[in-house]
Amino acid sequence: MKRRRRSARKQRVLITGIGGNLGRAVARRLHRTCDIVGMDRRPVRHMPKDIGIETIDIRRRRAEDVFRREDFDAVVHLNILHDPRSSQEQHHEFNIGGTQKIANLCAEHGVPKLIILSSSNVYGPRSDNDQFLTEDAPLMGGQNFGAIRDLIALDMYCNTFFWRFPEIETVILRPTHIIGRVNNAPSRYLRMKKPIALLGFDPMIQLIHAEDVITGIELALTPGIRGIYNLAGPSPVPLSYLFDRLERKPRYLPEPVAKATLKLAWSLKASDWPSPELDHIKYVCMVDDQQARAQLGYQHEHGLDSIFHLLQTSGSLNL
Amino acid sequence: MPLPLTRGIDKLFSRALSRQARENIDALDAGQNEHGFDPFGFEPQFLRYVAPIAEWFFRVYFDAEVHGIDNIPDTGPVLLISNHSGQIPVDGMLIGTACLLEKKPPRMIRSMVERWIPDIPFISWVFARAGQVVGTRENARILLRRGGCILVFPEGVRGISKTYDRAYQLQEFGLGFMRLALETNTPIVPVAVVGGEEQMPAVADLKGLGKLLGMPAFPITPTFPLLGPLGGLPLPVKYRLHFGEPIHFEGAPDDEDRVIRAQVREVTSAIEAMIEQGLREREGVFL
Repeated sequence: MKRRRRSARKQRVLITGIGGNLGRAVARRLHRTCDIVGMDRRPVRHMPKDIGIETIDIRRRRAEDVFRREDFDAVVHLNILHDPRSSQEQHHEFNIGGTQKIANLCAEHGVPKLIILSSSNVYGPRSDNDQFLTEDAPLMGGQNFGAIRDLIALDMYCNTFFWRFPEIETVILRPTHIIGRVNNAPSRYLRMKKPIALLGFDPMIQLIHAEDVITGIELALTPGIRGIYNLAGPSPVPLSYLFDRLERKPRYLPEPVAKATLKLAWSLKASDWPSPELDHIKYVCMVDDQQARAQLGYQHEHGLDSIFHLLQTSGSLNL
Repeated sequence: MPLPLTRGIDKLFSRALSRQARENIDALDAGQNEHGFDPFGFEPQFLRYVAPIAEWFFRVYFDAEVHGIDNIPDTGPVLLISNHSGQIPVDGMLIGTACLLEKKPPRMIRSMVERWIPDIPFISWVFARAGQVVGTRENARILLRRGGCILVFPEGVRGISKTYDRAYQLQEFGLGFMRLALETNTPIVPVAVVGGEEQMPAVADLKGLGKLLGMPAFPITPTFPLLGPLGGLPLPVKYRLHFGEPIHFEGAPDDEDRVIRAQVREVTSAIEAMIEQGLREREGVFL
């Protein structure tokens, strides 16, 4: 491993997956205080000029050249594939393979900090869940929803960094449902005018504004911080309350009907919602973020009103 | 909510609600957020739909009598530990109603429900809005940390489904509540329920049939299953609820069962004494 002296200068941060909606937002916030280099296999547009962009697949050899050339103080790893239509093989190869490559490069080039954005989905919505899951809760998300097993494997693989690469300050962030100018399932679901809901079920839902997730990432960059942290936003509310406030007109269906409908729509490629996702609107899957609040000094800034405003104004967002 | 309650139904429940119940519900502080919900989904205003029915059973059908309710602290965490009887959990509903209607200031009782409750449509929703919480140890800890009042029946199914020949004999108490009390430094208020044993006196329990039907027990009473579902209605017995003085315990929550069991015995002794007193003082099963 390379040994280096670090002079007092701006933190130099590599953001993988900078081409995504969240990646762009993270870069826009961090570039005010850090030197940012972004890496993505997709073309990246409309970024501030002081951000260097490397259009590279993180699994390729050229990625190593970037590490060799730059003297990174931290890597924010956001390059994680979430496309429900991609095969499990693609997910595993890209997510696990890519993360493995990034971790090895960090170790070889003496990068002292690695931040990985996981998700509270790894815990999984279940009937016997504690109301608020702490970081040491078992990762059961794959039990009923095979398509996210790669994300659980990724999270568990990153857990091994704490003992495999003790010199790297690894931080795994597990935010709850992120809402913002992002194209993830909860944001898309709550933007729908007539979402499908399950008759007789009304679980408590915890949301977090994308900007608060970025605050969490920013705080995780603080030297000395390592570990796993849940992140949550404002106090949870029932799903039906979200519908009311957002003036949505949900179509309540009995669970078997909703499941069959989604399965059919999925197989006809008329929908991008895998039917096991219905568990998220049936059971609770909320996190306890006391650890982040106590150790990172994290505090959510955006309340529900801000989140509602975002969902109402980004309804026609061209993502 | 999953089905919109129409204005008509809303009005009907509003009319059925007594003034006292309305005032007490409005005065309830469950640590709800600015949107009216606590983190478990409890919505105090939802009690407007439950309270009229509960109040009718409490005041008219069972004509419940309450003793020593002021022994429940007005604020802060507390565990209510009660005997359990009567084949169907009417005792839980009546204790909850007593704390809502008779206690000043009112306290909301939180009960820990089975882990499969969130699987049942509508029930999962109604239970959550009415303040019931899925029974995990961590959920109990969170509730107590938030200053909640939890009702526990440590006898569980053993107590509620026992046959009438063992009426008012406490069955074995689980030790979990005591470990929880020690861990969270929570006072315990013993509660004795007198009257419940006679509402559905079971002469036999066909456990095998119950198991086949996925039920914890299958009681045979003078009216059930003879009169069909009607026979499953509880008799209009008079309930007497006795609340004892709070007991504070100290010790290690992870101590040996032997040590914890001795502390649990203090609670059972207090409950047994109140049951005896209640039985001695009552004039009849229906009076």
